[in-house]
Amino acid sequence: MKKSTTNAAFYVPYGLWLALFVVAPVLLIIYQSFFDISGHFTLGNYATYFQSGTYILMTINSVVYAFIITAVTLLISYPTAYLLHYAKHKQLWLLLIILPTWINLLLKAYAFIGIFSQDGGVNGFLGMFGIAPKQFLFTDFSFILVASYIEIPFMILPIFNGIEELDQGYVNASRDLGAKGWQTFTRVILPLTMNGVKAGVQAVFIPSLSLFMLTRLIGGNRVITLGTAIEEHFLVTMNWGMGSTIGVVLIIAMFLIMFLTGERKRKGGRA
Amino acid sequence: MKKLMSMIVAILAVVAGLALWSANLKKTQGATGENTLNFANWGDYIDPALIKKFEKQTGYHVNQETFDSNEAMYTKIQQGGTSYDLTVPSEYMVEKMIKAKMLIPLDKSKLTGLKNFGSLYMNRSFDPGNKYSLPYFWGTLGIIYNDQYVKRSEVEHWEDLWNKKWRGDIMLIDSARDILGFSLVSMGKSMNTTNPTTLQLAKTKLDALSPNVKAVVADEIKMYMAEGEAPLAVDWSGEAADMMWDNSHLHYVVPTEGSNLWFDNFVIPKTAKHLKAVYAFLNFMNDPKNAAQNADYVGYSTPNDAALRRLPKKVQNDKQFYPDQDVIRRSEVYKDLAPKTVGLYNDLFLEFKMFRK
Repeated sequence: MKKSTTNAAFYVPYGLWLALFVVAPVLLIIYQSFFDISGHFTLGNYATYFQSGTYILMTINSVVYAFIITAVTLLISYPTAYLLHYAKHKQLWLLLIILPTWINLLLKAYAFIGIFSQDGGVNGFLGMFGIAPKQFLFTDFSFILVASYIEIPFMILPIFNGIEELDQGYVNASRDLGAKGWQTFTRVILPLTMNGVKAGVQAVFIPSLSLFMLTRLIGGNRVITLGTAIEEHFLVTMNWGMGSTIGVVLIIAMFLIMFLTGERKRKGGRA
Repeated sequence: MKKLMSMIVAILAVVAGLALWSANLKKTQGATGENTLNFANWGDYIDPALIKKFEKQTGYHVNQETFDSNEAMYTKIQQGGTSYDLTVPSEYMVEKMIKAKMLIPLDKSKLTGLKNFGSLYMNRSFDPGNKYSLPYFWGTLGIIYNDQYVKRSEVEHWEDLWNKKWRGDIMLIDSARDILGFSLVSMGKSMNTTNPTTLQLAKTKLDALSPNVKAVVADEIKMYMAEGEAPLAVDWSGEAADMMWDNSHLHYVVPTEGSNLWFDNFVIPKTAKHLKAVYAFLNFMNDPKNAAQNADYVGYSTPNDAALRRLPKKVQNDKQFYPDQDVIRRSEVYKDLAPKTVGLYNDLFLEFKMFRK
């Protein structure tokens, strides 16, 4: 009896942290979203959001870009994580992949400006073949490339962990039983590392929905996502209610993604 | 169990620490000593040598803090916790702060050197009779062009930006009011338009500009233009001065139809506690010699005519930053618009940014 109360007590610090730094801020945002610009209680912000074509279009834009970024990072990360698993100096490679995340996002963005600009590195290289200058900055291409570059470590790590946990015995067994390389991959390896992929997708898709520094610095505001609108409402129009409303929509979208990619309990008690 | 308790204590300590820190932040925003002046200014917007000189001359200590947008400064003062004695909002923000009763009127009997100011820069609509504000620097909105690709005669009017020749060549400053503003001027309308139908038309006209727009960026525009990333940009005169400093191929034009005329102004917020220091500082800055030195450092246009006469002839006759009087007369000062209209400007601007052909 005593033991179970001690166990429950172990959740107190965690619960406290969660309540103060996760739940309370979210509740404040939800609360704020019910007030219009002059401080009156209203549902109008939500009505504006869902009635105006602008916000809906912006939402669709955000989802499409986030989807592309997630797909690109996944395509690069899965093979990388897989090769990493069989690589010799695993820890070193892993460190090299994590290293860029220690550098501030803004610095990385500015570095890319230097690389992509009219007389930057890429155009200098193309110039040797007489096909420069090409416009790279402020295009969908550069935005997706930079965003993917930034998100890649967050995709590789969970997938890598998933592959590490995979029991080599299953792979050997599948080979022994006559599965071809591709079959082994789709029937054995992929399903068993699916949790890593899901975690990676969550870690990349959700932040990608609201990238706003990059949309301006690299996308030149020719790429607009919900983050742009939130920034504008908090800093320029001072319409915190509307900004919060967009925030709430993003939070709901986040839960939806978690639900769709999360582990579902199957019948028969298997988790 | 002990470990557990220590963890709980640790979290509570973090919370208490944060609370203390935020309380402390509020307090230290502005020192409280008798001989200080708490000055909230834009970044790099005063010659540091002048501050040293002022401190030496008067014995006051200047405690400078910077802000990067009018709105941020407004919110900070409004929410309390600051003790700024002096700040430098733009004209529409002066109007907004007067309306919100956040400013202390100037005591003209304590001010010297008022006659140094040019009459064009005084008694403007945002503060009739300069009851609350003194102009610090002024400027315009205009077109920056790179003479390697663009001739001056090609960009003398706002309308010229729509020329098919400039496909993907123009950079715009990320500011709803200014961009919709020049679209309005090109249609012969006021930059202070509040009529939603007219604003919608101005936005539709901007959509037609979209193929010519390379990017809509903020402060980075200076770096991009200096590096020759684009041949054309729409930006404020002050920013243009910075770019031209870095790249001699760049020039600035105020289109002849007129433009926006902006002012950054000294005002005393309600939070001020060191009024004596404030007046000493304002009088110090009104002095033509100091104002000239400051204008030379900052590179913006000074409203202090006596100071202007002390600047090199080349600066005085520079039509880019001291345009002809009739251009100034044709230009408009922004009014403080109702929040709803500000919202409309920004929504339309967002729609323009999203517009793709």
